[in-house]
Amino acid sequence: MNHTTQLPDRASVHARKGAAATAPPPARARSPRRPTSTQWAAWGFLAPVALYLILFYAYPLYRNLDLSLRHYTVRSFVQGDAPFTGLQNYRTVLDDPTFAPALLHTVVFTAVCLFFQYAIGLALAVFFNQHFRLSATLRALFLVPWLLPLIVSASTWSWMLNSDSGIVNAALNLVGIGPVNWLTSPSWSLTSVIIANIWIGVPFNLVVLHSGLQSIPNSLYEAAALDGANAWQRFWRVTFPLLRPVSAITLLLGLIYTLKVFDIIWIMTKGGPAESSTTFATWSYQLGFGNLLPAFGPGAAVGNLLVVAALVFGLIYMKVQRKQALS
Amino acid sequence: MNRSTHRTWWKTATGLLLTGIMLFPVYWMLNVSFTRDQDMRKSPPDLFPAHGTLAGYRTVLDEQLPYLGTSLVIGLGTVAVTVALSAPAGYALAKLRPRGGGLLSFVLLAAQMIPGIIMAMGFYAIYLQLGLLQSVPGLIVADSTLAVPFAVLIFTAFMSGIPGELLQAAKTDGAGALRTFWSIVLPMSRNAVVTVSLFAFLWSWSDFVFAGTLVNGGPHEPITLGIYHYIGNNNQEWNAIMATAVVASLPAAVILVLAQRYVAAGVTAGAVKD
Repeated sequence: MNHTTQLPDRASVHARKGAAATAPPPARARSPRRPTSTQWAAWGFLAPVALYLILFYAYPLYRNLDLSLRHYTVRSFVQGDAPFTGLQNYRTVLDDPTFAPALLHTVVFTAVCLFFQYAIGLALAVFFNQHFRLSATLRALFLVPWLLPLIVSASTWSWMLNSDSGIVNAALNLVGIGPVNWLTSPSWSLTSVIIANIWIGVPFNLVVLHSGLQSIPNSLYEAAALDGANAWQRFWRVTFPLLRPVSAITLLLGLIYTLKVFDIIWIMTKGGPAESSTTFATWSYQLGFGNLLPAFGPGAAVGNLLVVAALVFGLIYMKVQRKQALS
Repeated sequence: MNRSTHRTWWKTATGLLLTGIMLFPVYWMLNVSFTRDQDMRKSPPDLFPAHGTLAGYRTVLDEQLPYLGTSLVIGLGTVAVTVALSAPAGYALAKLRPRGGGLLSFVLLAAQMIPGIIMAMGFYAIYLQLGLLQSVPGLIVADSTLAVPFAVLIFTAFMSGIPGELLQAAKTDGAGALRTFWSIVLPMSRNAVVTVSLFAFLWSWSDFVFAGTLVNGGPHEPITLGIYHYIGNNNQEWNAIMATAVVASLPAAVILVLAQRYVAAGVTAGAVKD
């Protein structure tokens, strides 16, 4: 697959080509009714995935909703006779002293990560969009952090940020800054997991924005240069506005992904110390699996709040995509 | 572009520097994995393993091989499940255009928005009843949920590009939908199969949430749990922890070297699709 064909503007060209050569493209085009036999065949091919979605998405989600509406103990969890308590678990969660900090941390974590991932990703994309030796190879190497298992990245960062023997504090020491307790001090733990997560997210932003840059026709830059625009003006007047659709998608996807970041925070700080890096995702896990006495009901309730948030942004994402596909 | 070689030379240097900064944590993981126990707490730490040791890697071989084996089995199983389910679905959505296909695509997009931790909790409740906790097939099924929606969308996008005359010609020759799919569409979609397989494998290899909830403490734990327990039980032997991390990263490294263009295609296709 050629990744440039995936870009919105190219995609429409691609689809038009397809339309000329073959039947109309499937996306959103009202196709003429197919004969019944084709319909049967189509649903024959789709049946496994449809069944799969019901069994392995809808059913777990339903079970999770059910969990959040009942009072579970370990015993009733096994026997399945937990009493129905309605919205009691949601009330418990909202009244919990962890709720406000978890909400704040989730918002701060998401916003700060998104901003820096996008800004750094965009700067790198613009830089690597230039022609120079090794440009493509180096850009490929940037993918490494994104491809590493999160447990690997998280443990590497844990060791780098170690208070006594970490390379980061050793480097800070060289410039005369005293040791920072990155992971063990409540005032730094959130910053630490944000740094690690930005590092992981930059490659995705770089790759997507870079492919967006490639679809901007060179002639526009030549015209801007003829008009006397300097590099900075060319970026703000040409690159940035034309990149807006791709930026919107990148940021929305980043938002959805960052909202559910769990591994990094859990592995590096377990949400601590003293809940200083707890987000909804880690809190939900903490309630359900982090203790000897699991609180499945409230854990599921927190999780469902997260689902609602993710789906709201998901719907926005789909709306934006549809609008772009039509334009 | 008309750029003097002098100017591009500087750009290459800057590019190298930026890449170096970005990849420093990866280098540091390698460096620590070769560091001797007695140098581990040195301040400042050695910037390169002057007294390199393979002790960490010996520990990996002694203790982590079963975990790696489990991860391999689970990864391949996830790839098989994912491709088997999503390739036919992609064909149907791209070429047969069933009524209700749009709704299905919508559901697939929405499915990708659900946080893994929520799915894990639902799976836990179900597996507990079915007795599937701590089982490899159970984890394969759970891990496949990471890749299936993405895979269907990739297959659909890719198969939309297959010329309709080819399929029409097959039909004229008397090939049914199944035969057309098997003998024409699937072989032509090799690139999509590779892309999907790469991501399905990588995601299940890296999965921590499902592993931590569904097979934790059982006889078949993947390498992510191997590392996690290792950090938990022992925060002294960081050379062994980092050696395990290096070994666990090998699939990603191999995939990047061998299939870089598929990775780039997958990353962009996952984000920007019509």
